[in-house]
Amino acid sequence: MDYQPEPSIPHFPSPLARALRFLPLTPVSLALTRLTRSMAGRHEAMFRRLGEHANARFLLDPTDLPVTLCLEPRAGNPRVTLHRKPPEADARIAGPLAALLGLVHGAYDGDALFFSRDLVIEGDTAAALALRNAVDDAELDIAAEIESLSGPLARPLHRLIALAERRTGVALTRHEEDLLW
Amino acid sequence: MVMEIVCPAGTPAALRAAVKAGAHTIYCGFADETNARNFPGLNFSREEMADGVAFAHAKGAKVLVAINTYPRAGSESLWHAAVADAETAGADAVILADLGLLAYAANNHPNLRRHLSVQAAAANAEIINFYGEEFGVKRVVLPRVLSVPEIAAINKDTDIETEVFVFGGLCVMAEGRCSLSSYATGRSPNMNGVCSPASHVEYVEDQGALSAKLGGYTIHAVGADEPAPYPTLCKGCFSAGEKTAHLFEDPVSLNAEQLIPQLAKSGVTALKIEGRQRSRSYVAQVVKNFRAAVEAVDAGRPLPEGMLARLSEGQAVTTGAYKKTWR
Amino acid sequence: MELTVGPNQFFWKAEDWSALYDALAKAPVDRVVLGELVCSKRLPFYQDQILPALETLTAAGKQVALTSLALVTLKREIKATAALAEVGVEVEINDLTALAHLPEGAKFSVGPLVNVYNEGTLRWLAARGATRICLPPELPLASVATLARAGAEAGVEIEVWGHGRIPLAISGRCYHARLHGRIKDNCLFACEDDPDGLQVDTTDGQPFMSMNGVQTLSDSCASMAHQIEPLREAGVKALRLSPQSKGFAETCDLYRQRLNGAIDAATLAAELVRLSGGMRLSDGFLTGARGADWSGAAA
Repeated sequence: MDYQPEPSIPHFPSPLARALRFLPLTPVSLALTRLTRSMAGRHEAMFRRLGEHANARFLLDPTDLPVTLCLEPRAGNPRVTLHRKPPEADARIAGPLAALLGLVHGAYDGDALFFSRDLVIEGDTAAALALRNAVDDAELDIAAEIESLSGPLARPLHRLIALAERRTGVALTRHEEDLLW
Repeated sequence: MVMEIVCPAGTPAALRAAVKAGAHTIYCGFADETNARNFPGLNFSREEMADGVAFAHAKGAKVLVAINTYPRAGSESLWHAAVADAETAGADAVILADLGLLAYAANNHPNLRRHLSVQAAAANAEIINFYGEEFGVKRVVLPRVLSVPEIAAINKDTDIETEVFVFGGLCVMAEGRCSLSSYATGRSPNMNGVCSPASHVEYVEDQGALSAKLGGYTIHAVGADEPAPYPTLCKGCFSAGEKTAHLFEDPVSLNAEQLIPQLAKSGVTALKIEGRQRSRSYVAQVVKNFRAAVEAVDAGRPLPEGMLARLSEGQAVTTGAYKKTWR
Repeated sequence: MELTVGPNQFFWKAEDWSALYDALAKAPVDRVVLGELVCSKRLPFYQDQILPALETLTAAGKQVALTSLALVTLKREIKATAALAEVGVEVEINDLTALAHLPEGAKFSVGPLVNVYNEGTLRWLAARGATRICLPPELPLASVATLARAGAEAGVEIEVWGHGRIPLAISGRCYHARLHGRIKDNCLFACEDDPDGLQVDTTDGQPFMSMNGVQTLSDSCASMAHQIEPLREAGVKALRLSPQSKGFAETCDLYRQRLNGAIDAATLAAELVRLSGGMRLSDGFLTGARGADWSGAAA
């Protein structure tokens, strides 16, 4: 059987990752929750697609960062929290930050990343699949969503995203023609 | 003549991506058990279907609605409604498998074009013509068990258009006639529109080895450096007698790109890409590639270099049954 | 409830094949379906035994039928399918291709490998001349009951899979050949080594399926031992018993005793396990969470 490895997915540089260990999580959690709520308002279909998994708890775990993101869609009233130690959840989706963001932006294909072992899925496979399909349909553009946020909680996010974009080459914006194959 | 590319869309976003990437025709389904990709988070509401059809038509593309599971006894109205709603949405055709549903559609929606799904496993010209005579079927999706010479022979003996899978996941068993999944999980392609359903899939990591389990049965386990195992029953690794191997099929997916010129010569009308469960980016990339390929064949140019290996499931490919040595 | 013996799914030596039907002539079964279901390459080896077997069974008062192949693809298979109707006995179609060759108005039966999942399909087949339908094994009881009702209205008798390794899939690829590094064309008839199919286990050693040439079956032996009463109530008219290499005539006898009330479900199940040399039983498609489940006591 021929096995051709994926072109390497950029990893978040470790010195920066280490620096994030000291990042206060609560303000970022609140900012991300606000961001997610704003997105929910503009992408109702995404939550409908989750169906019976709309109240599941998902861990999105960037393996090159010392934090894990816990996403609870709560049937359209979402909450996001950051954790250093991952809590119990229904499903965990783990991979380099670039992979996770690239999936959201349609730069990568979820099955391809899974089979190439760049992405790890644990727990409720059906819930993870529902989330992936819902997000793929939503055509999210995280940078654009962040731009539309304002207020004091948005600032830490803006800074973090700018840093990440500069240092990782990670796709934080949706580029229609830009497929990282 | 440029061969028609028929492309899967699991979501409205994938439909738009496929149309923009050059698909002539899109196939999709409603978000319920009336189609054979009834996966979590996938498929179209009635409204999304109507919008998707409008989008495709505006760009000169067609939309086929798959209603290709076998209606449940006592609940046929669900499938009847799907046929009616596909017509209301403006679909160019419905793709059906069940005899009863074909009869229903022919009698109640005579102006709605009917295609025969691969789920009907119509593997010879006789049965294909039978479907044409009895139910006015205009196109048949050929089962993946046929070789290219067999496909050519079928096309000689029928006027019904043929559509052939060229890329994506493949069934090694005759489609629409497999109960392996319901034996292990209680859910089957025919009854529920799923095979090896995610609801019964578990990936278990144990000291570097990753194993895929379905309904508690270990399907395949791999080491840390290998591609992730499929949870699909027929692609699993099993033991019989002295041998342990992929007894039914290797974890490969179909790529018959190189056979396009032969398929064209054998009278095939349309090339079908499998993958409603894949992302919009996969769909766009595959469509672009195949669109370029059919245009090259039509113009008498050599096929462009394939870029598709990385998109293949399991990252290994086969030409499937199209070459007879597959049997 | 009647007993139908389904076509032998496996590849047996001609003398064993004939011996089966000689024994069945004396067995308490109502109907016997003969012929080649799985692989057209096998047919030449016992083809000349078919007419004698039909005669023996008919003389013994059994109803008989000839089955079509499950998957008809080759030109010679199409010819053979067309020839079935000329034998003069009822044809059981197991591939819809056979339908295209039945003379107009001919009565026929429908085997479990044809997809009859709903009333619409049943009625269509009935209008076409079907008089009996053996339902796909994966159907749950509720569907069986609905179809039995529809069958009664349409004059079609409904039968269900009653005993034997369950046919789960059919393919163009031969798995026995593949196991030996060959393809179907040069298979050397590897399937002959496994008169009840070859068990397929997971790599954890869990029995899962069995293979029989191009056919994939369950590892477990289905048995409706515990389902007779619900099936009767649902209106099912017959049980299909699928031939096995060991003690099959006795198996038919045991099912008849169960139907007559002479033995109970647990006794039947225990006897079947004994006769088969320890096969695991299942009835999960009908009332369980999945096909592999068994509603009776664990062996």
